[in-house]
Amino acid sequence: MLLKHTPEEITERKALMINPAKTCQPIGAMYAALGVKGCLPHSHGSQGCCAYHRSTLTRHYKEPISAATSSFTEGASVFGGQANLLQAINNIFTVYEPEAIAVHTTCLSETIGDDLPQIFDKAIKEKKVPEGKTVFGAPTPSYVGSHVTGFSNMVKAMAALAESSGKRNGKVNILPGWVEPSDMEELKRMADMIGIEITMYPDTSGVLNGPLTGKYDMFPEGGASLSDIKESGDATGTLALGEWCSAEAARTLDSRCKVPCSILDMPFGLAATDRFVDALRTVGGTSVPEELSRERGKLVDFISDMHQYFYGKKVALVGDPDQLIAMTEFLVSIDMCPVHVITGTPGKKFEKKIKALTESQEYEVNVKAAGDMFLLHQWIKNDPVDVIIGNTYCKYIARDEDTPLVRWGFPILDRQGHQHFPTVGYMGGLRLLEKILGVLLDRKDRDDSEMTFELVL
Amino acid sequence: MGKSEKLVQWDPYDVKEKLLEKYPPKVARKRAKQIMINEAQENSTPEIVANVRTIPGIITMRGCTYAGCKGVIMGPTSDIVNLVHGPIGCSFYAWLTRRNQTSANGEGGENFVPYAMSTDMQDSDIIFGGEKKLEAAIQEAYDLFHPKGIAVFATCPVGLIGDDIHAVAKKMKDKFGDCNVFAFSCEGYKGVSQSAGHHIANNQVFTHLVGTSPTEKTDKYKINLLGEYNIGGDGFEIDRILEKCGITNIATFSGNSTYDQFASANQADLSCVMCHRSINYVADMLETKYGIPWIKVNFIGAEASAKSLRKIAEYFGDKELIDRVEEVITEEMPAVKATIDSVFPRTEGKTAMLFVGGSRAHHYQELFKEMGMTTISAGYEFAHRDDYEGRHIIPDLKVDADSRNIEEIHVEPDPELFRPRKTEEEIKALEDQGYEFKSYEGLNPDMDEKTIVVDDLNQYEAEKLVELMKPDLFCAGIKEKYSIQKLGIPMKQLHSYDSGGPYAGFKGAINFYNEIDRLVNSKVWGFMKAPWQENPELSATYVWE
Repeated sequence: MLLKHTPEEITERKALMINPAKTCQPIGAMYAALGVKGCLPHSHGSQGCCAYHRSTLTRHYKEPISAATSSFTEGASVFGGQANLLQAINNIFTVYEPEAIAVHTTCLSETIGDDLPQIFDKAIKEKKVPEGKTVFGAPTPSYVGSHVTGFSNMVKAMAALAESSGKRNGKVNILPGWVEPSDMEELKRMADMIGIEITMYPDTSGVLNGPLTGKYDMFPEGGASLSDIKESGDATGTLALGEWCSAEAARTLDSRCKVPCSILDMPFGLAATDRFVDALRTVGGTSVPEELSRERGKLVDFISDMHQYFYGKKVALVGDPDQLIAMTEFLVSIDMCPVHVITGTPGKKFEKKIKALTESQEYEVNVKAAGDMFLLHQWIKNDPVDVIIGNTYCKYIARDEDTPLVRWGFPILDRQGHQHFPTVGYMGGLRLLEKILGVLLDRKDRDDSEMTFELVL
Repeated sequence: MGKSEKLVQWDPYDVKEKLLEKYPPKVARKRAKQIMINEAQENSTPEIVANVRTIPGIITMRGCTYAGCKGVIMGPTSDIVNLVHGPIGCSFYAWLTRRNQTSANGEGGENFVPYAMSTDMQDSDIIFGGEKKLEAAIQEAYDLFHPKGIAVFATCPVGLIGDDIHAVAKKMKDKFGDCNVFAFSCEGYKGVSQSAGHHIANNQVFTHLVGTSPTEKTDKYKINLLGEYNIGGDGFEIDRILEKCGITNIATFSGNSTYDQFASANQADLSCVMCHRSINYVADMLETKYGIPWIKVNFIGAEASAKSLRKIAEYFGDKELIDRVEEVITEEMPAVKATIDSVFPRTEGKTAMLFVGGSRAHHYQELFKEMGMTTISAGYEFAHRDDYEGRHIIPDLKVDADSRNIEEIHVEPDPELFRPRKTEEEIKALEDQGYEFKSYEGLNPDMDEKTIVVDDLNQYEAEKLVELMKPDLFCAGIKEKYSIQKLGIPMKQLHSYDSGGPYAGFKGAINFYNEIDRLVNSKVWGFMKAPWQENPELSATYVWE
């Protein structure tokens, strides 16, 4: 047993978090900033933060993750990090020549109270920022919220770059939230099918799922361009996907540039994708092409074909709020039973939302925000499930409890494909179901006796 | 890349100039001192600047003090609860990512390695102080797990807000009575790299654990293995060999280690140092306090492993052990030799670059040599000057402000437990035969003349070096891996290996030869251009014409 010290009996913990279902803000800010074309993320803190975030993102994507750090020493921690950040800005523009630097803070620089806008002003006054280049940033104190909050804060900082010319440009902004580069690609494909011109940020497609060609570009072709981000203030409307990831940025666009917004669930699964497509066609004033309706039909077909294997199966879910809300709705809609749902990200709203989605279910649902995977494991010990859906760390629980695992979320450190194959939209829904079905039926094939083992399933 | 393209002529001084040319003047001046052309000089080795601050904005390979302390040194210990006091991230990132294996998985043994524990500090804790929460978290960990020991690690904000983690640890230790609680002031901003964290960890383990075991170890040939972290099972392979030779490994610092191993380390008769950088402090303290001499060993490389075993046997001086060691080497070597023979035609003449750690960039050169490969450039990520130039320069080391911040503990011979393992005459007799105690000559003397040694290599320089010198293989860490591979150069991660191992000892050497053969000869490096990119001209002929 790998987690042999986890007892079945649940005792209340007030101070000790064990096996977290979240990490800290800065990594989310770094991920978001990688989705801006020509932008180098910068971590304003001691260098270990940057090293850890880069390592984790590298392991998740198997791609180079470039990001710089202010490399605080004890001196900087006492006297403030301004000198370090000014020096960093100068060095970065001289050596790496990015279009922009996206600075996020850390618990260290937040605790000592470094003021980013003031340091940026100084950098500009001291001519450390070359003509036409951009420095922007977000406060991302690690002791507030989670990695999701950090992502949201950095996207909000992007939205704050938007300008309004007073003329609408007919485009629609899509704020995709923290999804995979493959998902962002899929959202663009769907918008293209519907015939709507969009601006999406961040956009990590083409950045974190690049080819091997013998050439290394520190700043690949992908990413949302700064000019598009600036022009997003002229858009007809904004579709913000995921309350936790994208709502703040959408509200910023609304209040700064009067771009109206709809906050939608992330389009995982049938119903959430329906709502996304419907919103997209309404705001863009176009009709949905037959091709996309056919994709929808394929997903419905798959659900009906294989319903017998999904029906009544119990699921444990762990991940980030926006993803879990959409996934819970999807699972309920195909008659699976999400019985344990945990996110590490705080927010009572999450618990309410999951409860509402599972209200019609006949069983008791365990749900917790600001929870951890130790508690999830204890829930599973008390009420076993047929499948676990979550990140790579779930494999320890899955092995101990001999329960199938579908890897979905962040980080995935031991399998690949997430950066290439989307799980959003109808085609993404098909992939999710294929994965869930695969582990359930592999398990059935393993467990069936020789007498009941069957060729056709 | 074809052989013909490989014949790149480069002058090391040109390469150095090219590495520096794009830097702002201040950065160039600083980096120039950390890039050294290895040259033989009369009576001295050229000096390199190391263990100095990283330059803000220059994308470094380095991590922080916390990573060195919690991640590297304490992480691999199975039966101590590691509790991180801070916001969640630090605990999350150091959770199982170093690939330290442990044998404590089965029934019985306690194993907390798969658990990440944190006080998950919130803004209210930053404002009002986190001591109460830490105290409560220690209590909850104790109530849940009843471990022998709880180690508390400080993260950046803890030092800034002034939480006294040592006082809390002491209070809880006194309260429990049957659980040792101790703390590490390893805030990420201390020092200039992971190295400071190793030092802090060494000091606390030595202060709170070593010498506290009530059980007496009575085996005949007892050693400590210091600076071995059981990545990918390296420590398992070394233990297999030692056991086969009849040598008892009392304590590994800290691969696959347990509380009791640390506590018993004072009972060994010899300390064998693998990673000089991370653990030489403990070796010195074990000698001063308990009278245990130390030697440098290296179990990376088959020849180096054999040499290290012979060195251990020579120390004990018993014919029985000396003969047994020879038997073991004779038994192990044929398989090693067979693998070398098989890969050699494919690896001979290939070139490698190594930029890792504080010892690894040196140790792994042994394995490359055995495969006929040349190391054309190397350097450490967080080493000090003595790791490059040898321990003889230690008296000349300048102690700067960043090093002064790291606690130095003063150790005296223990009134009860100090016991010289050999008489002065015995030591002298061994030394007269050329036996070296407390000796490490560093990386530089083992590298060819005119090779380029770079301290704290960064992403920009790595890319430049690869572009200019076109090595067949590059070795560094996970963050560097894919930018190098995008250039079409295979990259082996030598911190936690990514996958595979063990690479230590005899079986490890065999694994390594095969792994490097796989990497440098993989067909994939030939797939990067599509046929139409290789041959863009349009041709109107059809094959079936």
